[in-house]
Amino acid sequence: MNTRRDFLKGVLAGGAVVTAAAVAEPAIARETKKRPAEGLGLLYDATLCVGCKACVAACKVANNNPPEFSTEDHLWDTPLDTSGYTFNIIKMYRNGTMDAKDQETNGYSFMKISCMHCADPSCVSACPVSAMTKDPVTGVVGYNPDKCIGCRYCVAACPFGIPKYQYDSPTGRIGKCELCRHRYKDGHYSACAEVCPTGATLYGKTSDLLIEAKRRLAMKPGELNRFPRGKIGGPDQSWETPAGKYLQHVYGEKEYGGTQVLKLSGVSFEKVGLPDLPEDSAAALSETIQHTLYGNLIMPFAVLGAMTYVAKRNVKLDDAPTDKEEG
Amino acid sequence: MANHQHAAPAPVGGKLLNAATFVCGVFAAILLAILAVRFFLGLGAVTNLNDGYPWGIWIVVDVVIGSAFACGGFSVAMLVYIFNRGEYHPLVRPALLASLFGYTLAGAGVIFDLGRWWNVWNMFWPGSANPHSVMFEVAVCITAYIFVMWLEFAPVVLEKFGMTARKQKLNKVMFAIIALGTVLPMMHQSSLGTLLVVLGTQIHPLWRTPIEPLLYLLTAITMGYAVVLFESCVASTAYRRKIEMNMLTPLSKVMLGFLVAYLAVRIGDVVVRGALPRAFALSLEAVVFWFEMACFVAPLFLIGKENDRRNPARLFVAGILLMLGGAMLRINGFLIGYETGDGFHYFPSLSEILVTLGMFSLEVLAYIVITRRFPVLPREAATH
Ligand code: SF4
Ligand code: SF4
Ligand code: SF4
Repeated sequence: MNTRRDFLKGVLAGGAVVTAAAVAEPAIARETKKRPAEGLGLLYDATLCVGCKACVAACKVANNNPPEFSTEDHLWDTPLDTSGYTFNIIKMYRNGTMDAKDQETNGYSFMKISCMHCADPSCVSACPVSAMTKDPVTGVVGYNPDKCIGCRYCVAACPFGIPKYQYDSPTGRIGKCELCRHRYKDGHYSACAEVCPTGATLYGKTSDLLIEAKRRLAMKPGELNRFPRGKIGGPDQSWETPAGKYLQHVYGEKEYGGTQVLKLSGVSFEKVGLPDLPEDSAAALSETIQHTLYGNLIMPFAVLGAMTYVAKRNVKLDDAPTDKEEG
Repeated sequence: MANHQHAAPAPVGGKLLNAATFVCGVFAAILLAILAVRFFLGLGAVTNLNDGYPWGIWIVVDVVIGSAFACGGFSVAMLVYIFNRGEYHPLVRPALLASLFGYTLAGAGVIFDLGRWWNVWNMFWPGSANPHSVMFEVAVCITAYIFVMWLEFAPVVLEKFGMTARKQKLNKVMFAIIALGTVLPMMHQSSLGTLLVVLGTQIHPLWRTPIEPLLYLLTAITMGYAVVLFESCVASTAYRRKIEMNMLTPLSKVMLGFLVAYLAVRIGDVVVRGALPRAFALSLEAVVFWFEMACFVAPLFLIGKENDRRNPARLFVAGILLMLGGAMLRINGFLIGYETGDGFHYFPSLSEILVTLGMFSLEVLAYIVITRRFPVLPREAATH
């Protein structure tokens, strides 16, 4: 009888755990984070991009990265994707006869692939040792190799496939765009935006870039308009060109709670490799679960208390040295 | 007070060098050679890992699945000490031993896989630790549990060397150690499932759910019992002992209870989230989903009836199926149902497979050595 009662007690303890979890949830739900007010970023406009890849080369120089080869003759840097040594790349979309730019069927387009500097980055939430951090002011997501343990959880977590690991080295690091944060003190900004001849890659505060993006979406396709180059709010380097045919969607405005790098395109974003993401971030969901189960360690201690209580009564059985009595 | 009738544990005895230990030793040596290359030339030199699949079988099989297989100790201890089912007491030590090695090696296996292992102390450094990270919780919990398990197992060692006074002292606080030993695995086994949540839309809808932690916890417990069935059968055959059917039959009923609970939660979740249609699509994911489900459902038919549970062969097969099902749940979530974009493929390299085999061999080797020399398995009149 005793056994049955204790069995029920155990079941009850288990039930209490589940109930506690269910009740605790609303209190600790973690909202998706927003961009910091002064957050910095880039605006990439695929309709302005000519695919010259000056930004890819400039990125290599700014980050002291070696060339990577995909052709037989190893003549120049030809990476096919971002990697532990390539933080920025221009990918090409091609379809059918490739007659016109920014056209989905029988057309072609470009897409810049580099870190989006998410408002609520999965990589920062994932990193167990705070080697990935988001600057509270600039919002730049930076990497610290002196803390990184190389677990590659950030690589798995990022929805854009951005952090990459250097598998070819016994001391490999994670490589990813840090928005050239090491160049700010010399008055420089992101190298890709500095060198872009058309203003397809533009640097600035994300709040300003979002206004600029919306201004472009309101333009009449084909109409002459002025476009800034380099940096928003910097010296005037603007030029005039006909406006492109945009999809009415600023990618990064709302995805996963928003990103600090924004994108405009004429070809659907999924086709150029940018995933369709909900407005609530995965980091928020993951941390809500974590906080519900482990917030202030309340649940673990409650369960531990219950287990200790039950175990204390039951483990006594063990003290009778069975081996001696029978041996 | 059921366990007073049980035979006390005793060493099995016998030679340590035989065909089984020799083969295990060879695999262990290969493991060391491959690891030497890995540490001098980098992960890329021996693995097929890439940025689309940054985690391979060293993480998914050795750690995520390996630690779930090692839940026998926790599952049985929970039954004996928390649910006060003393009649299962003789199963505790062998199960605990297997768990001890499973976890210790999983912990060591993580180090092989870490790209910057010399920084690992940051995990326990207040200025670096990130408590929001699921990985952090898993790592700290597993480390703590390995220590706790060694403490739980310590009486066996103390017994062997006749340190009775120490053993009795340790036994006084054993209830607290055992309580910790049930809470810690509950925490990290569930969190191993939560690891997938932050991967978000990259996980196939059949395995993408916020109740991931519950699924992983329930299957870890089920797998724990399944492993005990498996081990008991193998150990009895290998050491030519009687199979402990008087315990295994009721134990398998407990296991079925957890299995039914799991299936209810799992199926309910897939239906509620509207992911069920994806299971009928023509895709690899759908195929492996049904395979996984079949492994979980088949044991209900195999050992659903009390009479069938008295048949050791059926218990053995059911145990294997549940281990396989739990393994598939994890492989499907972490590897097959994980999609980072076009152009990335992963299949483990020969070296990766050999390292995993080497780890497994080390476990078997240690289990044989310890059961032959230390009091783990119940004493029996005629051994070998
Ligand atoms: S530098 Fe500007 S125009 Fe040239 S590829 Fe980069 S984004 Fe496009
Ligand atoms: S794009 Fe990826 S790497 Fe960059 S901040 Fe977002 S989650 Fe992190
Ligand atoms: S690989 Fe490094 S940066 Fe990425 S999650 Fe692991 S410790 Fe953090």
